[in-house]
Amino acid sequence: MATPNTPLWEVFIRSRNGLAHKHVGSLHASDATMALQAARDIYTRRGEGLSIWVVPSSTITASDPAEKGMMFEPAESKIYRHPTFYEVPEEVGHM
Amino acid sequence: MYTQALNTAETADRDLEDAGKAAQFQARIDAEERIEPNDWMPAAYRKTLTRQISQHAHSEIVGMLPEGNWITRAPTLRRKAALLAKVQDECGHGLYLYAAAETLGSSREELVDAMLAGKAKYSSIFNYPTLTWADIGTIGWLVDGAAIMNQIPLCRCSYGPYARAMIRVCKEESFHQRQGYEIMVTLCRGSEEQKAMAQDALNRWWWPVLMMFGPPDATSQHSDTSTKWKIKRFSNDELRQKFVDATVPQAQYLGLTIPDPGMAQDADGHWRYSEIDWTEFKQVLAGNGPCNRDRMAARRKAHEEGAWVREAAASYAAKRAQRQTAQAAE
Repeated sequence: MATPNTPLWEVFIRSRNGLAHKHVGSLHASDATMALQAARDIYTRRGEGLSIWVVPSSTITASDPAEKGMMFEPAESKIYRHPTFYEVPEEVGHM
Repeated sequence: MYTQALNTAETADRDLEDAGKAAQFQARIDAEERIEPNDWMPAAYRKTLTRQISQHAHSEIVGMLPEGNWITRAPTLRRKAALLAKVQDECGHGLYLYAAAETLGSSREELVDAMLAGKAKYSSIFNYPTLTWADIGTIGWLVDGAAIMNQIPLCRCSYGPYARAMIRVCKEESFHQRQGYEIMVTLCRGSEEQKAMAQDALNRWWWPVLMMFGPPDATSQHSDTSTKWKIKRFSNDELRQKFVDATVPQAQYLGLTIPDPGMAQDADGHWRYSEIDWTEFKQVLAGNGPCNRDRMAARRKAHEEGAWVREAAASYAAKRAQRQTAQAAE
């Protein structure tokens, strides 16, 4: 008999105080409590974290790589959004 | 990202070969771009990687068996704690790798079932027995040493999830090799019997470890396309030579003799080893190694005996979900 699938979770870890939670990988668990415990055992065996988030993978909506152009190209031409676009006289010094 | 759930619905062209897309894909590989789960990839690339990553995962899991055998018989508490931590790491490595393999579209359960059915392979090195405590030292020193040699170039593999899993694995693996070598140093500084035990383990493991790098370049069936796709960065023989050159001085330090009377250093400083007995390799791969049946039986037993845990966890989660829906409806 084929083994039934167990839900997939994405794991995010805050490695140090003041840093954001960062995606580290995924794991299988039947519920959130077990996912947290498994994340502790799989991803923080050497003090890698201070805090863990687990999120059901099925709840994440991702952008489609095929639509990368449509999503991100509009920003490329808008160089005036960067501070270096603007000229400030040298005499004024650092700004 | 590791997830398979993020894979967009299976597109119709997923299993089709498309010359135009394949050329674009190869251009991305040549430009050292990483391929991610949702990107288009040739069906053969997906298939090769699923095979390779899942075999790698199975190897980590089956690899727990020869060492697990010694956890209760480790000579000191320090050694026992280290061995436990190492075996636990191997389990984690298996899980990272299954997650990476899953991003290609097969579930972990399907992959595990294929292994339990004997349809998927694992590294043939784990079909050799661990007869004495010195085998545990030798496995850490040589088997993990050879694995690291193989895995470091995989950190730059073209497939993103595999490369990221390998970075994590390599970080953890260096402790494995060092603890193994420490066991060997201790045995070699001990009594005559202990040193003889270390030599005996080296004698038995040396040739199987050299076989871990796979068939010689002239006969390897997967190398050409894997190299083109930058899954493989070095050939089997190149990695094997690197390993031998790194290992010989370590054996000399221990005062142990590598069981290859024909071995000699060439003018460039490389240690040239004798012909490898590939019939033994083929025999073990075909299921006729000393422990093949044992390993498979142990994996199947563990899987079957764990079934009630998976079922209980699943029905508890279902019950809770049901209760939450009922409460929300009130």
